[in-house]
Amino acid sequence: MATEFVARGADLELKGIRKEFPGFTAIENLDLHIPAGEFFALLGPSGCGKTTTLRLVAGLEQPTQGKILIGGKDVTNTKAHERPVNTVFQSYALFPHMSVLENVAFGLKQRKVEDPMTKAQASLDLVELGHLALRRPAQLSGGQQQRVALARALVNRPSLLLLDEPLGALDLKLRRQMQIELKAIQMEVGLTFLHVTHDQEEAMDMADTVAVMNKGRIEQMGSPEKLYDRPKTVFVSKFLGQSNLFVGKVEEENASSISINVAGNKITVPKDRAEKHKGKIAVGVRPEKAFFHEEKPKLGAGHNLIGPGEIIDIRFTGVSNQYLIEIPNVGNVTVFAQNIGKSPVTELGAKVWVSWKVEHAFGLSDLPTNTGDETITQSITVQ
Amino acid sequence: MKNFSLGKYALPVYAVLAFTYLLIPIAYTFVFSFNDYRRSNIAWRGFTLDNWASVCEAQGVCEAFGTSVTIGVISTLIATVLGTMIAIALVRYRFKFRSAVSLLLFLPMATPELVLGAGLAAQFFNVGAEMGFGTIVIAHVMFCLSFVVVTVKARVASLDPALEEAGRDLYASPSQVFWKITFPLLLPGIMAAALLAFALSFDDFIITYFNSGPTETFPKYVYTAAAKGLPGEANVIGMSVFFLAIAIVVTVQVRSSLKAKRLAKIK
Repeated sequence: MATEFVARGADLELKGIRKEFPGFTAIENLDLHIPAGEFFALLGPSGCGKTTTLRLVAGLEQPTQGKILIGGKDVTNTKAHERPVNTVFQSYALFPHMSVLENVAFGLKQRKVEDPMTKAQASLDLVELGHLALRRPAQLSGGQQQRVALARALVNRPSLLLLDEPLGALDLKLRRQMQIELKAIQMEVGLTFLHVTHDQEEAMDMADTVAVMNKGRIEQMGSPEKLYDRPKTVFVSKFLGQSNLFVGKVEEENASSISINVAGNKITVPKDRAEKHKGKIAVGVRPEKAFFHEEKPKLGAGHNLIGPGEIIDIRFTGVSNQYLIEIPNVGNVTVFAQNIGKSPVTELGAKVWVSWKVEHAFGLSDLPTNTGDETITQSITVQ
Repeated sequence: MKNFSLGKYALPVYAVLAFTYLLIPIAYTFVFSFNDYRRSNIAWRGFTLDNWASVCEAQGVCEAFGTSVTIGVISTLIATVLGTMIAIALVRYRFKFRSAVSLLLFLPMATPELVLGAGLAAQFFNVGAEMGFGTIVIAHVMFCLSFVVVTVKARVASLDPALEEAGRDLYASPSQVFWKITFPLLLPGIMAAALLAFALSFDDFIITYFNSGPTETFPKYVYTAAAKGLPGEANVIGMSVFFLAIAIVVTVQVRSSLKAKRLAKIK
């Protein structure tokens, strides 16, 4: 099938993009480079400007400032129908007055490509919907409509495929299945994919590179592993997974690490994993990298230890137990313990210490806005 | 239990009464189109097929009918094209005084026809226009326009803008997007608006009476004729129009149900 789509993807470059709408600025100043053939995800909460970015690339909106280059060619002033870009819309936007086949053939007919119907049929076969070619979109299920929308975009072999939360309307099981299929198709056809989503799991699962967007800016960009292991801002540490954050002043410093003081507890972080080395900083650790102990353990210099605290909540989620531990003067700490049949403690009210390896800690460039709040640990529940 | 049986009978009885109330005038017109009338077609004098066989025999009735159809078609065309454009502009574009325009468009619908008719007549008189076919068309376009805008607007509002964006994304220029996507999707609304406009134009009497000069439309003919005795042929034409309308409605219904069945078979 791969030979069907000989055209490789092109790279996308956004230079100093600014987009203002009457009354607000959707994108402040965006620079972005997506290499050809990459699966790139723009991840962020609703209203962060990710969909606007996608619409700017598609040509459905004009930037107030800045340049858009596709494959090195400046397309800033070209119209949507003149760009080598196709979009899979969030609502699929299948034409209700045409059959599935006519929908897929639409772009080919517009460009006067030879034999549009045969090519459209081949594209439908690729997404395993060839047998439904004569139906109307309204007669298909959500998952099928999603695949028709994908076929309709892919058949044009665009340099760049834009996906606007294309899996948002599907139920969890179907979404997982479509994620796998979408990734497989991307590898097969080798196109550049720009995928906009608010679902962090989806972004981490599918993308080669993830850019986390917040309030019209890219907060951090990198491989999913890197973003998760070493978030640089409070927002990223909480939007991508959960984090326990501790705020304190840097009081000790040596060649390789710094330590902060959090209500008498010393928390150390390697220098090369911290954004700031002086003053008041936030240090975090992922809940699955933290452990708790019923008795104060004797740990080496390579560990951070705080406590004692009290288990105030236990949640069973299947693969793991999630413990919420209240530590006086520090706040609440979340610990995930894998459900391997030998959980150390399972009762509420137990007195415990929490530890984690220094190398798993990370130092952030900013501070949580609600430091005065009783709970330091909070997780933004992703919609 | 008592309430239940009351409801069981009350509803059908009420429905039958309501339909009788609605249909009796039509039935009367239909029956009297077969009346062997002399001067006036009010008292029953005996059954005949003459009225149906020679519709155009009564003087002027067919000419008036023809004029009304022509005016209806022309006014409908103009009002539908203009109204559709206005409706799209009102829904899709943000401009100054947009809500004021929306409100003003309702005015002709809310104003008594007598006021509109008299106002138009004064206006035509002041600019020195000669009353006749042209002034009727202008008047009809004016009052049909609001109805077209309101009908089409509802359809435009329910149209997902993403569909047009998808068209642009799939290499269609703005005009191609309009003719291949927007227009076909708006067509049912536009057709409904056109039928409404034609119906309004065809049987308008008051505004037409003020602005028609010597031109005779069907409603005007019926009105004048009724004063001296309405010919049975008028009933025939009235019924023909009625049956034509019913036929159109039935055809549309049957076609769409056949289409639904055909599409269901593909499954």
